[in-house]
Amino acid sequence: MQHEASVARISDVTGLSENNAWQRIAASQAFWVALALIAICIVMTILQPRAFASTENFYNITRNFAFVGIMALGMTVVIITGGIDLSVGSVMGLVAIIAGLVLQAGYSWPLAFAAGAATGLACGLVNGGLIAYVGLSPFVVTLGMLSIARSLAIVFSENKMIYDFGPDAKIVYEIGGGQMFGVANPVWLLLLLTLITGWVLNFTAWGRYIFAIGGNESAARLTGVPVNRVKMQAYIVSALCAAIASLMILGWQGSAINALGQGYELRVIAATVIGGANLMGGAGTAFGAFIGSALIEVIRNGLLMAGVDANWQGAFVGAFIVMAVVLERVRGRRRD
Amino acid sequence: MALLELNGVSKSFGAIKAVTDVDLHVEPGEVLGLMGDNGAGKSTIVRLIAGNFLPTEGEIRVDGTAAHFHKPVDARRAGIEVVYQDLALCDNLTAAANVFLGRELKKGFGLLSYLDYPAMYAKAADLFAELKSETRSRDLVRRMSGGQRQAVAIARTRLSNPKIVLMDEPTAAISVRQVAEVLDLIRRLKHRGIAVLLISHRMPDVFEVCDRVIVLRRGAKVADRPISHTSPEEVTGLITGAIRAA
Repeated sequence: MQHEASVARISDVTGLSENNAWQRIAASQAFWVALALIAICIVMTILQPRAFASTENFYNITRNFAFVGIMALGMTVVIITGGIDLSVGSVMGLVAIIAGLVLQAGYSWPLAFAAGAATGLACGLVNGGLIAYVGLSPFVVTLGMLSIARSLAIVFSENKMIYDFGPDAKIVYEIGGGQMFGVANPVWLLLLLTLITGWVLNFTAWGRYIFAIGGNESAARLTGVPVNRVKMQAYIVSALCAAIASLMILGWQGSAINALGQGYELRVIAATVIGGANLMGGAGTAFGAFIGSALIEVIRNGLLMAGVDANWQGAFVGAFIVMAVVLERVRGRRRD
Repeated sequence: MALLELNGVSKSFGAIKAVTDVDLHVEPGEVLGLMGDNGAGKSTIVRLIAGNFLPTEGEIRVDGTAAHFHKPVDARRAGIEVVYQDLALCDNLTAAANVFLGRELKKGFGLLSYLDYPAMYAKAADLFAELKSETRSRDLVRRMSGGQRQAVAIARTRLSNPKIVLMDEPTAAISVRQVAEVLDLIRRLKHRGIAVLLISHRMPDVFEVCDRVIVLRRGAKVADRPISHTSPEEVTGLITGAIRAA
């Protein structure tokens, strides 16, 4: 008995547990990124009190990162399983063109949105099916889809911009470009989807399986987790998130171009990874995806205001991805 | 009637014959030791019974009916639980999450069902207490010792009411005190009428808990003896081939 008591005391002293909520928060990358985000916002407010801290700028920043944020949620799910989805930007472009064409043909907006969602679903099915059931590498499959979806977007649009949204144009503009209580609609949608994704990842068996697959896929298989089905569904979720972001951007920009979403995949992956998702799989949060995309946009906005060429953003995004992976490597080493 | 029967089971991987014409039977509440050198076919037999792959020849019968396990889940449904040699744990999940992996407790219905964390933590804690392990439900497996990991893997088999538990080298990587705990657990399973198939390298473990021992050599069964009618020396001889099969 005495022996058991001493065991308990040792573990209490070393504190090697995840019991403590505060410890868990402090150990999460998303928490520190959120702190960095707040710090940057404070600095920018001091440097540019009128331009940065204005209501309009807040509106713009949040709306700008909403699209990347929505896609980052789907990407987070895929990355937790240990996969990657490089096709999200192209899927976004293809969905916009398909929905735009349906609107241009004079059909109603629900039909156009359904067509867009179905396009996303189809892309996700192809990605997920080939990865989960045929066993191809996610990198190869989604890289192929990146090329295929972009090409289809160009073919279907006949390389023209689609701006005639037919009788329902106003509604489409209102959905993606409108606002409620001073916050842009895409931002509300991002908030809602972040909550839903967070719930699913933490409180459903499906979410648990996503983490299990990323942690030890063969163990998940041996314990009876439907690995193939869940993996395929992860890619469908990612493609559907891209489709949702696309339909929102369609209304905001009031037009569909086949180049929409080009280069977004890297921004989305960067946002996800900055938010603490591990590219090796097994870790990631919905909140992290949200905060990661916010950080990228605030930095871009800040650079713009500081008079730095906005084209530097690509360099920053690239550096962020590499830095986040290095950071993960360092933390992983400390853990072992 | 035997709980589990293997009749003339063989398994080849391409040109390699891992298991040749093995007969074996396990009775309810019996602890059967399966011994043999590396590459003797022990793990292959575990994986055949666990449903990781089908035998090339021969048949497996559970409760007298022929079983065709295409997936591990099929074997589990038939009342066979396995503790794998590598334990099949997810490092990034908690002990409780690993115990309940694939069999989560939920509340609510359909799309609105959600994980019942308190129930899973409580049940996992009960199982760890039953195993006399200091493993805590909420700890991440990544931070656990070999013995704690073992406890998680064994606790998992206690979720269902299995007829037979296969243990692949359960005492290979844990401390002496924990070995005694694992052996105690095997005895407790036996008292509940659960059969245990213990794959082990450790002669003392086998002679402490097993009722019978089967020795494999180069994929074939060379001996099947009650523990009371054999000795560690004889078994060692059978494993190495110093004593010819009787």
